Amino acid sequence: MIRADQQAPGPGRLGNAGWEWALIEFKSVTKTYRDGTTAVHDLSLVIPSDKITVIVGPSGCGKTTTLRMINRMLEPTSGQITWDRNPLRNIRKTQLRREMGYVIQSGGLFPHRTVLENIQTVPHLLGWKKDRSQGRAEELLAMVGLESRLANRYPSQLSGGQQQRVGVARALAADPRVLLMDEPFSAVDPVVRADLHEQFLEIQRQVGKTIVMITHDIDEAIKLGDQIAIMRVGGVLAQVGSPQQLLEEPVDDFVAGFVGKDRGYRGLSFTSASGLPLGSVQLVRDAASARTDAPVLVVDENANPLGWADRTRPGQVQMLGTTFEPDTDTMRMALDSALNSPVGLAVAVAQNGRFAGVVTASQILDQVRHLKASVADAIAARAEADAARVEAEAARKEAESVRQEASRIAADADAEADEAARIEAAIKAAEEKEEQARSAEQAAAAKEAATTPAPTPTVEPEQEWTWDPAAEPKVGRTDAGDAETGDPRPGDSTAGDSNAGDAESHYR
Amino acid sequence: MNWTWISQNTDLIGSALGEHLLLALLPVLASIVLSIPIGFLVFHTRSAANVILAIFGAIYSIPSLALFVVLPLALGTKILDPLNVAVALTIYTTALLSRSVVDGLREVPADVKQAADAIGYGPGRRFWGVDLPLSLPVIFAGLRVATVSNIALTSISVLIGTPSLGTLFDQGFNQGFLTPVWVGLILSLVVALLADLVILLIQRGALPWARRAA
Repeated sequence: MIRADQQAPGPGRLGNAGWEWALIEFKSVTKTYRDGTTAVHDLSLVIPSDKITVIVGPSGCGKTTTLRMINRMLEPTSGQITWDRNPLRNIRKTQLRREMGYVIQSGGLFPHRTVLENIQTVPHLLGWKKDRSQGRAEELLAMVGLESRLANRYPSQLSGGQQQRVGVARALAADPRVLLMDEPFSAVDPVVRADLHEQFLEIQRQVGKTIVMITHDIDEAIKLGDQIAIMRVGGVLAQVGSPQQLLEEPVDDFVAGFVGKDRGYRGLSFTSASGLPLGSVQLVRDAASARTDAPVLVVDENANPLGWADRTRPGQVQMLGTTFEPDTDTMRMALDSALNSPVGLAVAVAQNGRFAGVVTASQILDQVRHLKASVADAIAARAEADAARVEAEAARKEAESVRQEASRIAADADAEADEAARIEAAIKAAEEKEEQARSAEQAAAAKEAATTPAPTPTVEPEQEWTWDPAAEPKVGRTDAGDAETGDPRPGDSTAGDSNAGDAESHYR
Repeated sequence: MNWTWISQNTDLIGSALGEHLLLALLPVLASIVLSIPIGFLVFHTRSAANVILAIFGAIYSIPSLALFVVLPLALGTKILDPLNVAVALTIYTTALLSRSVVDGLREVPADVKQAADAIGYGPGRRFWGVDLPLSLPVIFAGLRVATVSNIALTSISVLIGTPSLGTLFDQGFNQGFLTPVWVGLILSLVVALLADLVILLIQRGALPWARRAA
């Protein structure tokens, strides 16, 4: 493909293995716009593979500029950005962008294309076959949690949260290795956002992309980021590290302030009000019938709250303030409701508007304290989970090395066994040979034993021939003798004399 | 209204109507082809775009008679050539429609263009695949105005001897006889309304997203 120096086909999908090379690296990058403003100043940052890096900072800190330099929507004025050690400048813009999914605030969907067509945009640009990209789009629709009946709708017919999901699906369509996200969740309301966060993390667990996200919301950064880079106005990197590092060891007041700013209060927006303990209060239909000093709530015939009975002016109704629905509203709305109630009680209503209960501001704050503790717990739990993951990884590696060792030993054993078998075979072969040799010997001995009388003809004829030298040539040329004479063998003792006589006659 | 005259002159009315349609609609088709690249170029001049659009506005205000006189000189055509009328109407329609193309391109939401760039559209593909389709509601609106005004304007061709529904007006005025004038007027109106309706239907069919969004 485009990375000539790429060393492995499946780049770093398994975490640490890819950390060292499959990454995006900013090397002293500065971006100065034509009007002279410096958006990013001398930024050096390593964006690890398969992790979520969140760039966070106040508006004007250059985070958007930073993100846009990654897919060459903007070019650095100086410095260099590399992807897998390959300078971005060497990669064609359109090609680079098709390999990096991009999600922008409120989706940036094409209004003239249906949901399914929107998701297929990049596969279409890459020239995929129709049914392949269609199948992929349907798969992604399900992955981001959208029903298939929405497939043929147009973006304007979707809610903000649904559009955002389609935006994520579109970015993932061609299975890019990198996902760039420009404030992806800021255009949706807090409750939907919390949902999207959960789902986003779930998807990331499945797909394991290298994700760079920018946000101005430190809570979001802490919730989602594996690594967080905090930038300050002027485009200077203030600190980069894990969420815990930033919370526990902020390098300066800016980071400390940024991490700590409004955390508690804004955190309320992420939390459902459903856990609040609801108390009761006296209800009346007619404000005039309120007779106690305790707060009395006036309701209509459907038990929908109308307002508070005015203690100082009997029969009058005081404004209700806002109400909240525990199941769908956030803690922040509950607190608002308590703070703007004339009697200091937040009124909870059911979905149909009926009175459900009341809660005081201090009860809400108790719940918040509890929540803060649980946030700390969550961070600790996350750290623990990370540690557990690291441990698991180490264990896996160890298991792997043990397995390798085992297979090496097994291989050795195999080799030894082979050797042993070979030796055994050799021994056996040797033994067999010996056996053969022995049996051959025996056979020879037996033969020897069997032919012991025979030496007489072989020896004795010699002696005979010695005795009768005239016949001697016949001993060396038995066959010739046979052929010539057609006579029985020389060893045939019975013919001995006649042979001698023949031979004699021959040579004559 | 003299119905006898109408029934006796259906051939004349028919040919006048045919000539009129041809003369009105061909320039519309030509200017659709012309105004898209012109609009694209003008849009990309950025700061100069408004100046150029003002010039287009001025072109539209050139009296047609003046154009009919100048065009034969510029084109080398005969003074009575129907081409003069066609070219003049094409110039008017293009001036009108180019403006719509520019307006349409200006309407394309910035975040959509940015998203298109960010996910790897090249400039050409983005224009045909994103910018132009998203400009179409505005372009169609301009097209409807241009077509209707063209159908009305075509009658003037009779002044330089090119037949159209204007022929009927001419005849009626010359003879002090109103029936041909009424016929020409009503036909012109009906043709304009029908053309408008047809374009509207095409627009609805071609841009389902714009309809549903509305």
